[in-house]
Amino acid sequence: MDYLDELESKSIYIIREAYKQFHDIAMLWSIGKDSSTLLWLCRKAFFGKIPFPVVHIDTGYKFKKMTEWRDSYSKEWNLNLIVGRNEEAIKAGIGPKNKLACCNALKTEALKQTINKHKFRALLLGIRRDEHGIRSKERYFSPRNQEFKWNYKDQPPELWDQFKSRQSDEEHIRVHPLLHWKEVDIWEYIKRENIPIIDLYFAKNKKRYRSIGCECCCSPIESDADDINKIIHELKTTNTSERAGRAQDKESVYTMQKLRSLGYM
Amino acid sequence: MNIVFVGHVDHGKSTLIGRLLYDTGSLPPDKIEEVRKTCEMLGKEMEFGFILDHLQEEREQGITIDTCQIFFKTEKRDYVIIDAPGHVEFIKNMITGASQADAAILIIDAKEGVKEQTKRHAYILGMLGMKKVIVLINKMDLVDYKQERFNEVKQEITEFLKKINVEPSYIIPIVAKDGDNIAKKSEKMDWYKGETFLNCLDSFSLPEKKKNKLLRFPVQDVYKVDDKRIIAGRIESGTIKQGEEIVVLPEKTKTKVNSVEKLFQDPTHAEAGESIGITTEDPLFIERGNIICHPDNLPEVTSTIKANVFWMSKQDFNINEIITMKISTQEVSAKIEKIEKKINSSTLEEINEEKDKLKNNEVGTMIIKTLSPVVIDDFNYVPELGRFVFEKDMITSAGGIIAF
Ligand SMILES: Nc1nc2c(ncn2[C@@H]2O[C@H](COP(=O)(O)OP(=O)(O)O)[C@@H](O)[C@H]2O)c(=O)[nH]1
Repeated sequence: MDYLDELESKSIYIIREAYKQFHDIAMLWSIGKDSSTLLWLCRKAFFGKIPFPVVHIDTGYKFKKMTEWRDSYSKEWNLNLIVGRNEEAIKAGIGPKNKLACCNALKTEALKQTINKHKFRALLLGIRRDEHGIRSKERYFSPRNQEFKWNYKDQPPELWDQFKSRQSDEEHIRVHPLLHWKEVDIWEYIKRENIPIIDLYFAKNKKRYRSIGCECCCSPIESDADDINKIIHELKTTNTSERAGRAQDKESVYTMQKLRSLGYM
Repeated sequence: MNIVFVGHVDHGKSTLIGRLLYDTGSLPPDKIEEVRKTCEMLGKEMEFGFILDHLQEEREQGITIDTCQIFFKTEKRDYVIIDAPGHVEFIKNMITGASQADAAILIIDAKEGVKEQTKRHAYILGMLGMKKVIVLINKMDLVDYKQERFNEVKQEITEFLKKINVEPSYIIPIVAKDGDNIAKKSEKMDWYKGETFLNCLDSFSLPEKKKNKLLRFPVQDVYKVDDKRIIAGRIESGTIKQGEEIVVLPEKTKTKVNSVEKLFQDPTHAEAGESIGITTEDPLFIERGNIICHPDNLPEVTSTIKANVFWMSKQDFNINEIITMKISTQEVSAKIEKIEKKINSSTLEEINEEKDKLKNNEVGTMIIKTLSPVVIDDFNYVPELGRFVFEKDMITSAGGIIAF
């Protein structure tokens, strides 16, 4: 087994544990590289037949390409796709003028609505520890209360791949099978496995997206990396952080923390 | 390689980690800038320790709250740092961190010497079976870089470690704040003839693969995929091959491996560490918690276990109280029949009061009765089947190592 095999095997183990313990589970797919890797691992964990729904939260501000991509692959891979939209807020015209309010209504609220509607008890998310300072505090299995609040100061211990296996009625569990992966690992794995990935990540006219979300809140970085090998090379030589191109993070160091405590992934 | 930093609060863990990240060029410039600005705002000189404390609240409180992972690399390999805090209330986080590490770094303040948390953390490392330990004696600048003081602290810690069967691979004098003996040899301590900290770390070899050992394949779940019944799990030791005979424990039923399953692949065998599936020749009833082995050299099947347990919950744990015990994928109800010995994990003193219960941060050697039989192995041979957790009120409340 090489390094990528080990990362993969651990993630598959966690995905299977999560499904075994919490049958009413779903996976969150943002179409980005991390959750697309997670989706791939879920397919592997269950031998091609994912036994739970895949949820995509559509803010209405996503790149158009992302929607087309989502629909075509969910058909090809036979996914049980659920698209969550906060229709009311979209109709009311909530938009990125006020970023915090926009994220809160179109992402967090939409997600809460979807979870309540389908009665999911747990969610699989493709977050990684190296993404952002606050994420480094995460456990693989992380309980949230009904308001999605995360009590990061008093988390249960997690040792020897023994994860939280029971929950109270009020609790909702976030499961993070990719926690131990780094950004460059994701790309190395995508390359090895030939995972289809949306082309927004590849440079056009010397610009590419390093992280994708809503079109209005992502700005591309300067880059010549128009294929995977070049992206891997770029990541091995750069040292600016991944989310530098996200409006959310630039606004203030504390925005992320605020979003987090409000329950935004 | 995963490494964990432990030691008494304020002995310099965060500073050392900040320094390591800085010296190995592992920090994005925007992060260094952020920290520099924060220090400026607080009217302090550059504190390397702040690099870790991304959260505002931590900055205000001045302590690291939770295990936190960061990455750095040397020419030899990549390292993941699992930072463990030194505050007494957060011992469960230290255990969470240390249980994921391949090597541990124990930091001691040269001026203060060995303190309560130094000992407790060292004890936990010993209990977890940590084999690769480096002791760093920090803040040598505060004791004028004197060899005599280094030797005093060295002797103090060596004596303690001996009692708990931990043998440090290296003991190094450093100044975390200035980087002495971390990436570069210190010019102020030419009496130290050993290697720098980073060179010592690089000298460790990675944990050996367990594929040459006996087969242990704990069943995680069983899936029905098309017309196949696939038994899914991760091989914890040994190798499994198509066509060979296997025994399913604890019932000891026998069958043969019909196929080894992995999506997009057509393997004929799989080895330790791989998450796979198998199908069997006979349609046996197999379920989560079964352990699949080869017919020879079977592990022990028992309902009486002697173990060392570290209790880490604010609620006491009483003997004869029913609790959930999880050993790999096995989950059973169990109770403590008797606490043979209870010790204070820091002073190593035996506790003779209230020997009918375990309290937060206490360690006990005890006899456990499981209500149904479990499959176990020697921790030193197959750790996954030689250790367990107790779950109470839906939360992991203790870790234990089986004593043979
Ligand atoms: N003089 C001196 N002070 C140090 C050294 N390393 C750390 N410190 C200081 O010791 C204090 C505690 O360090 P910190 O890294 O926060 O300790 P932690 O609680 O173990 O993480 C801080 O004020 C540091 O600046 C050192 O090598 N020399």
